[in-house]
Formats: sequence, structure tokens, C-alpha cells
Amino acid sequence: MGRKITIEPVTRVEGHGKVTIQLDDAGNVAQSRLHIVEFRGFERFVQGRPYWEAPVLVQRLCGICPVSHHLAAAKALDVIVGAGTGDGLTPVGEKMRRLMHYGQMFQSHALHFFHLASPDLLFGADGDPAIRNVIGVALEHKDLAVQGVMMRKFGQEIIRATAGKKIHGTGGIPGGINKNLSIAERDEFLKGADPLNIDKMIEWSQAAVDFFKGYHAQNKDYIDNFSVFPSSHLSLVRKDGAMDFYHGVIRCIDADGNKLLDDIDYQDYYKHIGEEVKSWSYMKFPYLRKLGMENGWYTVGPLARCNTADFIPTPLAQKEFEIFKAYTKGKPNHMSMHMHWARLIELLHSAEVIKDLLNDPDLQKDNLVVKGTKQKEGVGLLEAPRGTLFHHYRINDNDQIEMANLIVSTTNNNEPMNRGVNFVAKDIFTGKKEITEGMMNRVEMVIRAYDPCLSCATHALGQMPLELTLVDSNGKTIDQIRK
Amino acid sequence: MKEQSVYVYGFGNPGRQDDGLGPMVIDKLENENIEGITTDSNYQLNIEDADNIAGSDFVIFVDASIDADEPFSFRKIEPSAEITFTTHSMSPESVIALCGDIHGRIPDSYVLAIRGYEWDMCEGLSEKAIYNFNEAYRFLQGKIKDMRSIKKIA
Repeated sequence: MGRKITIEPVTRVEGHGKVTIQLDDAGNVAQSRLHIVEFRGFERFVQGRPYWEAPVLVQRLCGICPVSHHLAAAKALDVIVGAGTGDGLTPVGEKMRRLMHYGQMFQSHALHFFHLASPDLLFGADGDPAIRNVIGVALEHKDLAVQGVMMRKFGQEIIRATAGKKIHGTGGIPGGINKNLSIAERDEFLKGADPLNIDKMIEWSQAAVDFFKGYHAQNKDYIDNFSVFPSSHLSLVRKDGAMDFYHGVIRCIDADGNKLLDDIDYQDYYKHIGEEVKSWSYMKFPYLRKLGMENGWYTVGPLARCNTADFIPTPLAQKEFEIFKAYTKGKPNHMSMHMHWARLIELLHSAEVIKDLLNDPDLQKDNLVVKGTKQKEGVGLLEAPRGTLFHHYRINDNDQIEMANLIVSTTNNNEPMNRGVNFVAKDIFTGKKEITEGMMNRVEMVIRAYDPCLSCATHALGQMPLELTLVDSNGKTIDQIRK
Repeated sequence: MKEQSVYVYGFGNPGRQDDGLGPMVIDKLENENIEGITTDSNYQLNIEDADNIAGSDFVIFVDASIDADEPFSFRKIEPSAEITFTTHSMSPESVIALCGDIHGRIPDSYVLAIRGYEWDMCEGLSEKAIYNFNEAYRFLQGKIKDMRSIKKIA
């Protein structure tokens, strides 16, 4: 009879993930899966609510990336109130939202690298788990811990200034925003006492990229060969191919870099992207319709964005992007641990964009909202820290939401995360009879590379039963649980 | 004589019924304009809070609890390097541990855990949680007054 190894929960990952690894009689990995066991049924919950409530309501999804949901919903409602599809807002409307969003990207990426990824790098995958965490980093590498804390704090203050407050922010409203940025608020970010000013944030972001490159130079074999598998990559890009986290068109490339989708208006996303339900997971599995369910899966997030974009429109990040691209000779990068590298390039880019926005006098203008002819349906997309986030709403004649469909970043990464887990499982569990904490941590490391937020990644209360099946080496079911 | 500084931090998601107990305590403190305290709230505790609390003499973390004594419990906490946080949140104990690591001092820290019962996706407290909220708030007002009245050598 084969053995089943379960790692539950996946520590330092939001929500409740469960990994199941199926071993055969010889101790080889026969199959591995990342299970999602928490769900929130959000789409059903918003049905019947007035559409203008959506940007605040969606922040209930979870406390991890409320800004991303807030803005994706606001973008969808821009369409419904006739304010266009992302480029129809007033300059202050669009730029305040961008400032909020890039602040969110900045704080999220800083948090991930300094306090989730760096412990594995600084102490090693086999490091003492008692110190392989943020407290251990603070004790032995205080400078890095302080930088992480302050960068996260700076990003949070950007969010507070643009969204109005940290909980249930109200900055984004259908057709625009409800406040601009005062001179005093602006100067606090531009000229605040060290370290809480944007110049220090850019300096530290550059240092973080340099830290990773230095680590990579010393650990190439480890970083380059830890979970590598070919994948398609999808993201928004600006019309001219630039990296853009707030608005653009859908682009998807295959594992060799050929464009599968390009210049796609995201109002039509459903014509190109389908969602498959599998019996063993609450999460849906999105796929490109043109490739079908089996082959149409794709990766989103920092690595995908660095693979799909032609360039980064800020100078320091562009310089790092060129080094990153040159490493794979311009071809798509499929190395899972390079997600950390890509994330840090995006951290630097975010800091540069924040500085540019802070220096833009449009942020002090007063024409906050645009309205037009009301529509029944709208789609909002943006690049959240973890990848492409889709919000789609349809309203009825009473201005109530009658349909909502969300594809969150972690759902987009469902298949690649499973493949990543399988790669690592086969690499480290094959032939082993004992499982060390370090082996378990390696499985978690590949999941953490995607920075998944599992708590909002699940759907449809009661619609997708979870079935756990244990099979032996002959394929015979020896146990099955269905909930 | 300098007055003691008290930082009151409520955390939780007000969009998940009783999970909003912590932030609602903060809302009430702010609406009543209680003097001499610093208030803060968020969905979850995180690393930047280690810096936010560093300059205070006392910190009170206010959170909803699924298993606290009714109507609430109040306890002093000690720093703990045990990381219980998932990707994106920390426990009060780990926040003060990180505070100690990066600032070299830790405020006297406490948790006010208010018993909650309902956690579905809607706003507003359950009936039983409202009672607990009122009891806890009354206790908190007295505790803040006590903390601030302790003599401090400037």
C-alpha cells in the first residue's frame, strides 16, 4: 500500500492549504497535490447588493490585499457608470488610484521578501525552524528586518493617505475617487524624516535587488534548479508593452515566448479564459480556451509580468529588468525561485512610480469623478501583488448586482503551484523513507514563492465538494472522503 | 511628572460580524475622543506594528476571540519568537518580540480578548457579542485610566 504524506497547514501562507503527496510501494512520488480547504462564497454574497457598495464590500474578502479588490471592483464599476475602461477617469482620479495601488504593491512585495522569503535564504531550507522566521532575521540581520518593517510601514501609509483608512478604505468609487492628495500628505512622503521618505525607499529597494543578485551569484545551482517547469505566462501590459500594474491589455505568452494572446481588451476576458472545476479542490482552474483545459493553464504574478512585458517604464527597474532578461537570453524565465528576483525588481519599480506620482501636480486637482451613460455589465482587471485579478459584475434594473465573477491571483496560479509542488516533491521525496522538516519546508518554499493568499481564492459555497482519495500503487482506491 | 502613554490597537475584519469587535472598540474610543491615548486598527497585525507601538509605555491589543471567557478576558503578554503568523499576519506576542529585537525595548503589553460567536460575511455584531463589547469597553476605559495614572519619572 502506498503511503500518504500530508503537510497541513502550509505555514506562513494565508488560509488553509494542504499538500498531499502520494508515495508508491517503492517510496517514489506517484502524485502530489496542493489542496485548498477554505472557501468564502463571496460571489454569491454580493448578489442583490447595490453596485456602488462593491468597492467597499469586496474588502471583506480578506485582510491581505483589500486594496487590490477595492480597485478592481472600482474599475469594473467605472464601466457600469459609463466612465470608460480604466483610461476614462480624470487625471487626478486615475493617478490617485495608481498611487494607492503601487503603494499596495510596494508594501506587499517588501513584506514577502524580507519576512517570508529572506528567512529561507538567510538560514537555508534546512535551517532551525525556531529561528527561520522574521524574529530570527531581526536577531541576526537587524538591518534587513528594520528595512522590511519600514518599507511595509511606508506602503501602508500611502494606502491610508489614498484610501482614507486602513480598514474598508473608500478612496475608489465608481467613476473616480473621493479625495485627492494634500500638499502636506505629499510632502510627508517626499520629504519625511529618514527612513520614511521615498528616496530612502528607492535606495532600500535597490539594495534588496542587489542582495538577491549577490545571493544568487553564490547559490546559482540552488536558486536556478529549485522547481523549474515550462509554463505559459499571463498579465496585463500597457498598450505599448510596458509593465503596468493598474491598467492595460491582456497578454499571454507560451513557454517559448510566443504570444498566445496579445492586445486583448479585458472586457472580453471570458471569450479567452475559461474556468474548470475539479472534484478535489475548491479552487477553480482557469485556462486559455484556445488551448483547452489540459494545456491552457498559465502562471501569473511577478515572474509572469517580467516575462510578458517588453520593458519597465522607470529607469532603475528597467536596468535590473535588462539583467534579468539577459540571464535567460531573452527567453521566458521558468525558475520558480526567480519569482523572488522578479518581485524585487517590481518593488523597485513601484518605488520609482510612487516618487513620480508624488511629484505630479495632478494629484492636487479637484475634479475627482466622471460619469456617463450607465451600462449593465463591467469588468475590472489589474495586476495585484500576486498576479492578475479579475472582477466582473452585471447589474439589474434596480441597480443591484445580479452576477459577480472573480478570478483572484492565487486561483490563476492554481495549476502552476500544483506543478511546482510536484516538481519539488519528486526531487526530494523520491527514495526517501524519512521526512525531515527541511524536506517539508522545501515543499512550502515553492508555494511561498507564489505568495498565495488562499483565503480569498475559493468559490461558491456548497458548489464544489472536496474529495480526498488515497490510492495504492495499483491505482486501487483504499480510502475516500467526500465533503 | 510625565503621563504614561497608552496605545490601543484593535484588529479584525468588521465585514465578518464579531471579528470586527477589535476595530469597533477603536471606533468608539475615537468617537468619544478619549484623551491621552493613541488608537490604531487594521484587519490583522503585521510587522510594521512592531515599530508603531515602540514608543508607548503600554499597549493593549483588542481582538475578538472564539474561545475567550465570557464576556472578555484580559491578560499580560510576553514576547514570543514562536511564529504563528501565516503569510500575512502576526500574533501580538510576535509583534512585541519583533519590537524588542529592532528597538531594544518592549512596552508593557496586554490582550483584551472579547468573546465573539458569529463570523459570517456581514457587518454588525451578534446580540451576545454586543453585550460582551459593552462590558469590555467599560473595563477598558477603567484600565486606560489606571495605566495613565501610574506615576512616571520623566
